[in-house]
Amino acid sequence: MASKPRVRVPKKAKAGEIITIKSLISHKMETGQRKDKKTGEKIPRMIINKFVCTFNGKVVFSADWHPAVSANPYMAFSYKVMESGEFEFTWTDDAGKTFSKKAKITVS
Amino acid sequence: MKRKALVLAGVGAIALAVPSVITLAAEDWGKYQVGDVRSGYTFAKAETRAIQDDDFENPGMLWVEHGEEMWETVDGEANKSCKSCHEDASDTMKNVGSTYPVFAKDIGKLENVENRINRCRTDNMKAKPWKYDSRDMLGMVSYVKRQSLGQPMNVKIDGDAASWFKKGEEFYNQRRGQLDMACKHCHVDNAGNMIRANTLSQGQGNGFPTYRLKWQKPGSLHRRFRGCNKQVRATPYKAGSDEYLALELYVMWRGQGLPVETPAVRN
Repeated sequence: MASKPRVRVPKKAKAGEIITIKSLISHKMETGQRKDKKTGEKIPRMIINKFVCTFNGKVVFSADWHPAVSANPYMAFSYKVMESGEFEFTWTDDAGKTFSKKAKITVS
Repeated sequence: MKRKALVLAGVGAIALAVPSVITLAAEDWGKYQVGDVRSGYTFAKAETRAIQDDDFENPGMLWVEHGEEMWETVDGEANKSCKSCHEDASDTMKNVGSTYPVFAKDIGKLENVENRINRCRTDNMKAKPWKYDSRDMLGMVSYVKRQSLGQPMNVKIDGDAASWFKKGEEFYNQRRGQLDMACKHCHVDNAGNMIRANTLSQGQGNGFPTYRLKWQKPGSLHRRFRGCNKQVRATPYKAGSDEYLALELYVMWRGQGLPVETPAVRN
């Protein structure tokens, strides 16, 4: 169900600059509270429960997500960059499936 | 200040003709307003508009991207993809979003993008047709209509389409359901007024398939029709049915001149 995640990180920045990082992933985020209309059975929960962003291997942002997070979650946050490097974004869902995406930044 | 005064004078003139738009027309909506025809964009909250304005944030774009993939995906016994015949969508599909639904002479009826895609799939690709509001169908329709982004709506209502247009107009003005309401009672007589916690729009079709935050996914115009019909306690028609095709033509004509916004974002 989930497709390729998208991230937006500026390609260049000055050292010490605060940049905005945006991310979007397609996921149904089934809450586990809905019932199948025909059978009456509960639809099992299937959400992304963890979002982690690392920069040069070090965690700079991480969040635990819960069932109230909407489908196709959008996440934006700020980060003060000091050096060039690579961000890695990882989403993990209830099935243990991970989706990841990398983005490079050059700091001058 | 001078500009504002001018705008207000203009509003006065409109107000004489159509009393229902007086209160909200004071803002300058640019391309989202043509005369007194206003896109649903102008009725949406600023936060919702911001999501639509940024292609990155707009979750409808995920479906557009999926459609782009499907465009190149070979399917069916004929071993073809959309691309095999239509090549570059940005070239071959660029007027589709603003001109559909059209009267298709070879099948002798009105056809919208969804039905056209499925006809292509069954006849030319020898593939299974897609379900009307499936991920693949929504993706493909979004991708195709996206190629007309910003173009003014320009549907043809004369010639063979005239009888369909008339049917659509009748449907629009026909009371139905337990609440005995026609489309026009909300979208003409009360556009801009509140219906419980929501603002009624003019019910324009230029942004479909629209990503609705409530649906948490994009939906077709016919899904919206079904929702509206259910809300007035009427039995909805099937998505893709002749009744809704005629209505689609009439609704698109009402928005003549508005830019194609696919995929629009609404609450």
